[in-house]
Amino acid sequence: MFRASSLPACTGVGFKPAHFRDILAAAQPVGFVEVHAENYMGAGGPPHAQLGALCERYALSVHGVGLSIGSMRPLDRDHLMRLKMLCERYAPESFSEHLAWSSHGDIYLNDLLPLPYTRQTLTRVAQHVDEVQTALGRQMLLENPATYIRFSESTIPEVDFLTEVSSRTGCGLLLDINNVFVSAMNHGTQPLPYLDSFPLDRVKEIHLGGHDKEADDAGVPLLIDTHGSPIAEAVWTLYAHVIARTGPIATLIEWDNDVPDWSRLRAEAVAAQTILSGASRASAAWER
Amino acid sequence: MLASFQTLFADALLNPDQPIPRGIIAHNAAVQRRFAVYRNNVVAGLVKALENRFPAVEKIVGEEFFAAMARVFAMAQPPRSPLLAVYGDGFPAFIAAFEPARELPYLADVARLEAAQTRAYHAADAMPVGPDYFAALDSHAVGDILIDMHPPTEIVCSSHPIVTIWAMNSGERKLAPIENWHGEDALVSRPYLEVEVRALPQGGAAFLLALAEGRPLSEAAETALADDPDFDLTGNLAGLIGSGLMRNIIVPEPESCEQP
Repeated sequence: MFRASSLPACTGVGFKPAHFRDILAAAQPVGFVEVHAENYMGAGGPPHAQLGALCERYALSVHGVGLSIGSMRPLDRDHLMRLKMLCERYAPESFSEHLAWSSHGDIYLNDLLPLPYTRQTLTRVAQHVDEVQTALGRQMLLENPATYIRFSESTIPEVDFLTEVSSRTGCGLLLDINNVFVSAMNHGTQPLPYLDSFPLDRVKEIHLGGHDKEADDAGVPLLIDTHGSPIAEAVWTLYAHVIARTGPIATLIEWDNDVPDWSRLRAEAVAAQTILSGASRASAAWER
Repeated sequence: MLASFQTLFADALLNPDQPIPRGIIAHNAAVQRRFAVYRNNVVAGLVKALENRFPAVEKIVGEEFFAAMARVFAMAQPPRSPLLAVYGDGFPAFIAAFEPARELPYLADVARLEAAQTRAYHAADAMPVGPDYFAALDSHAVGDILIDMHPPTEIVCSSHPIVTIWAMNSGERKLAPIENWHGEDALVSRPYLEVEVRALPQGGAAFLLALAEGRPLSEAAETALADDPDFDLTGNLAGLIGSGLMRNIIVPEPESCEQP
């Protein structure tokens, strides 16, 4: 069996080099750090020196953004081998990727692009997840995307699609609650029914991040998943709703653009930890 | 969905003139605006990657000019790999041929210097040998030694003062008029974790490039002298020893000439 994903059920932060000294200077309300795999695929230098030091203190989540699992074409074997080397070098507690595509042919498109949800795409995505788990010798987590459009040919609801990929391949799921909110607003649907139908028992990690609010030509709100601002109130509410049902789950604060100073990011981590700790106390009270 | 659909989608992302593929829907019918989010993400992300890698070039030409130039490059030469930190190896050559940047003939060379910095940043780690190692060599053998250069070492030659221009546009030095406009050869290295950029003395580039090719020290010195009669071997050797550029020094076995 593959090595299971095993992040601690506490808060983590997306690591930014600007925070390196702060994060190691004192005890932090953080149990793990997450890095984008593609930033650590060079041969050496400061990125690896920093990651090595972080790993001595924190659990590690490696999060890929470039594998293009949702591509209908074959996976990039060279990239998969780079991921394998990275996972062997650092033995992270978790590896995750997205239900999206980002490469086409030999061109890297540098965005997480959406795909229709059909029998055919389901088969392809499940094959790719299998291939990744086999190559890495570990369970991976698959993340729900933030989307701005949909496809007329889609026949399977997103939650059912993710559930089916997980049950066919044994992969875990990464639930990005900001993505749930962003997609729901953009498609005129409701986030709560989405979350209530989500297979929460398969969720091994949660992502929380900020989004930008714009409007499209018709004046309808258009939310953009930018990871460049504080987490929205509505997303905190949805998060508390999920954690009340599941108990503590590893939760990551993502802040990738307009990166704030450490104290600002730390405050977001503390807010998430407060909700997680509340859930621990509640479940402890039930067990008593 | 067939792979051909992703081809149409990808084409429409990179070419704003291409129609949005059929079958894409938005709940309020604002398909154009919604698809534009993806188009913008792709281009803005690539421009951002180039900004991160070429900050001095951006400082020289200004944000607006840089973004426009980077956009043209990104559409013409999108990345071939998800390793965005090293995207843009072709950017210096693109700048050299970019008509609107023609008035800045040094710009491409500054870009080459910055591209080398990123490669040095990510290059393999290696412990440089120290001065003691050199001092312990048999003085008769010094001319024959071969230098194994430290992996993160690159030399960027230019007929413009690129190190000075780079330093003034990366906060290393104050912006000031350059009185004595002459070519500078940049040495980009990373002895430990910090990437260093310095201007090489006369003949220094020819000397180091010859060593990097695997030529023995005496030959490299001759090459440097031929390149520039003012080449100063002592000064360059001291620089080489002190700068952490050597991963190893190889002393060839003396050929045996003893009679049986």
